[in-house]
Amino acid sequence: MEKTIFQYSSPGRIGVALPVLDVPETAIPGQFKRKEPIGLPEVTEGQAMRHFVRLSTMNFNIEKGLYPLGSCTMKYNPRLHEFLARIEGLAAVHPLSSDSSVQGTLEIMHKLGELLCEITGFEAVTLQPAAGAQGEFAGLLLIKKWQEERGEEHRNEVLMPDSAHGTNPATSTLAGLKVVSVKSDEHGRVDVEDLRSKAGENTCAFMLTNPNTLGIFESSIEEITKIIHDVGGLNYMDGANMNAMLGIARPGDMGFDVCHLNLHKTFSSPHGGGGPGSGTVCCREILRSFLPASTVEKTEDGYILRDRVGKSIGRLLAFHGNVGVLYRAYAYIRTLGSKGLREVSEVALINANYMKARLKPYYNVPNDDGPCMHEFVASGADAAEKGVKTLDIAKRLLDYGFHAPTIYFPQIVKEALMIEPTETESLESIDAFIDAMISIAEEIEEKPHLVTDAPVNTPVLRLDEVKAVKDLCLVEPVEYEQ
Amino acid sequence: MSIFVPNGKAQRDRMLDAIGVERFEDLLTPVPESIRLRGELDLPSPASELELQKEFKGFAARNSSADLVCFRGAGAYDHYIPAAIDNILTRSEFFTAYTPYQAEVSQGTLQSIFEYQTMISRLTGCEAANACMYDGASAVAEAALTAIRATRKKRILISGALNPRTIDVIHTYLDNGDFEINEVPFGADGLIDLEAADKLAEGGVAALVLQYPNYFGSIEDVQAAAELIHRHKGLLVVAADPVALGVLEAPGKLGADVVVGEGQPLGVAMSYGGPYVGFMAAKSAFLRKMPGRIVGRTEDRAGNTGYVLTLQTREQHIKRAKATSNICSNQALMALANVIYLTLTGETGFTEVAKQCWHKSHYLNKRLLEIDGVTDVFDAPFCREFVVNLPVSAEVTVTAMEEKGFLAGLPIPGLGEGAMMLTVTEKRTREEIDGFVEALNQHIKGAE
Amino acid sequence: MSNIPENVRYTETHEWVRKDGDKYVIGLTDYAQHEMGEIVMAELPEVGAEATKGDAMGGLEAVKTAEDFYAPMDGEVVAVNEELEANPALINEDPFAGGWLFVIKVSDDSQFDGLLTAEEYKTHIGE
Repeated sequence: MEKTIFQYSSPGRIGVALPVLDVPETAIPGQFKRKEPIGLPEVTEGQAMRHFVRLSTMNFNIEKGLYPLGSCTMKYNPRLHEFLARIEGLAAVHPLSSDSSVQGTLEIMHKLGELLCEITGFEAVTLQPAAGAQGEFAGLLLIKKWQEERGEEHRNEVLMPDSAHGTNPATSTLAGLKVVSVKSDEHGRVDVEDLRSKAGENTCAFMLTNPNTLGIFESSIEEITKIIHDVGGLNYMDGANMNAMLGIARPGDMGFDVCHLNLHKTFSSPHGGGGPGSGTVCCREILRSFLPASTVEKTEDGYILRDRVGKSIGRLLAFHGNVGVLYRAYAYIRTLGSKGLREVSEVALINANYMKARLKPYYNVPNDDGPCMHEFVASGADAAEKGVKTLDIAKRLLDYGFHAPTIYFPQIVKEALMIEPTETESLESIDAFIDAMISIAEEIEEKPHLVTDAPVNTPVLRLDEVKAVKDLCLVEPVEYEQ
Repeated sequence: MSIFVPNGKAQRDRMLDAIGVERFEDLLTPVPESIRLRGELDLPSPASELELQKEFKGFAARNSSADLVCFRGAGAYDHYIPAAIDNILTRSEFFTAYTPYQAEVSQGTLQSIFEYQTMISRLTGCEAANACMYDGASAVAEAALTAIRATRKKRILISGALNPRTIDVIHTYLDNGDFEINEVPFGADGLIDLEAADKLAEGGVAALVLQYPNYFGSIEDVQAAAELIHRHKGLLVVAADPVALGVLEAPGKLGADVVVGEGQPLGVAMSYGGPYVGFMAAKSAFLRKMPGRIVGRTEDRAGNTGYVLTLQTREQHIKRAKATSNICSNQALMALANVIYLTLTGETGFTEVAKQCWHKSHYLNKRLLEIDGVTDVFDAPFCREFVVNLPVSAEVTVTAMEEKGFLAGLPIPGLGEGAMMLTVTEKRTREEIDGFVEALNQHIKGAE
Repeated sequence: MSNIPENVRYTETHEWVRKDGDKYVIGLTDYAQHEMGEIVMAELPEVGAEATKGDAMGGLEAVKTAEDFYAPMDGEVVAVNEELEANPALINEDPFAGGWLFVIKVSDDSQFDGLLTAEEYKTHIGE
């Protein structure tokens, strides 16, 4: 346990040496002035460093061990990228600089856009969305605008499978569209007949993650996208699972019209404890004129940043996107090239299938219908008879030094454990994880309390989430100090 | 075998064997042949680490803007960033971690967010804050939606003196819902016209959204705006500049219900516009209507203090189509930069930064007004940013000043051909300010 | 096994309905409260609100789940359980009495007979 930074505070301490004011003062009118101190801590740089380093040691992270969060693609984050993004000439640039004075950054943005279009099989791109969910928002607005432009503004339904990420329905609501849920079949794929019965004259778009959230490739994808096109809708691919398909298959070749990419998943920019990410959107030529602000164009006189052009859907952020994340993604693609990217996906698939094959004797894998892609979903439901839930299995993994998989998602699998090893794990670390899972399976049979009591080897024991909601404490009370 | 993939042929063969297939292609059976990529992606050949460093240094060299002495703000500010910040941010434990869903192994991230929420709450004068939003502009849009949910009204008033980029983002977020947005004009003094707002608010509105100080730097009367909108049963949403809050009264103390803003000035590089971070604070009555992640303090099974993500039923992964927002990934690492910045500067240092911005921008303003033909556009008191009217074209001036090594203020064509909005941060020395004034003076004389 | 009293009727969306003179009291079933876990917030309709069979009337929140509850019959809300504001866990502790949600006055009593019996609800939840 570490005290809060406020508890280290003592009046007069400061953690950075500031320049002395060298211009005459201008009085701040009394009526505008802050009446009381803000309540910021007062500590030295050394105290601050010690506090934040101590906090950091309570975090799991990729360098600590395997991080098998399904759908999150927790792969290694190359250190070169941190160096590159921090080069003064790239980091210290005002977003409202003249185009001629930011040609370097505009060139990276333009080149990255072209590379991502090649990887996805599309023609146009926006780098503005800050994260996957904002990419979804941009993508749905592009489709909605396209429908409006051809006089089909009555189309207000977004179809999506019941296994969709929560952001998909939430984004549809934000875009002013209605969610129509499509059933999954017994193998966890889209129920094509159900889709056919629900697609129609009100269909604006269909949203699908492919491979889907069970880690299964939608083998009928061509039929699916054709059903939607035939009724006048467009197909949106949630690219959260693109790590399975680099150089193997492209959304643009499957009948999708637009997709977002999570640069912080597939293209290795770090997750930062929850962000920043980047939800770059690639799309077909027909949607180009609707793209949001801040597209980059190459002309004879150099690169130009375009504000809203044509019938743009508008602006998603004040400026041009999470540019620092774009630098990292560009460097990643340049390091790997086409063979290297294909290798990423090949090994991601091998690692996941190997894990599935070795864990199947110990854990139920519903919807198992041949090879999975880069991840698979197991179920902890069988442990219920021993009084053990998936949550307990997840917590016990923390004791073994691993992060837990994604749990309780997708919701169509009971007690789901969604496991994605990624390509940057070695066979040795994958085997160690499998051994831990097997060992937990044995504990469930013989000593289930070890699992339900977990975690015990972590900085804190299992935390009381009910208390957190009931006795809300979201900020340090002032009287808590000293 | 690439540098990021440890399993080579030997390991892969063993794994394929354990899976029960002969070759990798056997794993691709679910992917129809017809859509598989034939051949390779058409990408440049792989670059070595050294080559990439050279390539990036070349890009950086073509960013001449980085060498300019900056007097431009308009939503992004050139503040000093203490060296210790990056030292913490680049610790693996923070920057390679995922969202803290497994609280027991994420206490570092969770506690730092709790400290962030505390600092934002104190800075804004609001009871609660969330874990952050994408940026200041999207935070304003999300705050408007929060007010709409809280009041169940579908119309909002926005100040015409909001950053025009923020206005764009509000429209992008709200125009697709069944909502109405009315703009309140600003007067000759640079402040929003409260009488006009009063009239527009008739019939009930969800919120009045204003910026503090506003886009032009003028200091709005938050208290009067709060009283006005509360009479109409609406909420006051304030988009505040966090550095200005080092000297100005906290909007929450003046009656604001939701306070949002851009966190970039607090230790985040300008980086051509991102990644930045939006903050959002509110009266606790509106907590459950707020978007985004929120961290709460609780106890573990042994009674030790710990932190978890809380009030999660608001969020997309639980409430799906009925969630308060679609936001999932946010800008957590930038929020961490904010916490470290506010810790290192602390009460005295942060207030000093704010005061220096006040004094230096006023000093520049006075020096500019000494030049023949330069006038203030507005007469209301300003904080850290102001608009002057130059006797020459502001656009042409920007280009001329760039050649002299300065990033001049932003031209505001809507206020006149000569209108330029300038800011001065604590980073600028008197010598730089004087040099800028001298160069500008020369340019104006030359143009006459 | 859940408690499924015989003296009330049920809906497929897990409300129970008890006839009380000319009014109907509505609450959440024991089965549903158990599935949700400890309820930490109850958002109730306003007295006077119109209830249309099948419409969402409010919401309940546990730590990791949030569910709406629905009007089982057409009518008007005449009372809500204000105690739930301070103590929503009453729904868990005493679902069929102290944890009631709201009361409606109806124009057409016949809708009550169309609701599920205890036996039918038992089948519905697979017990």
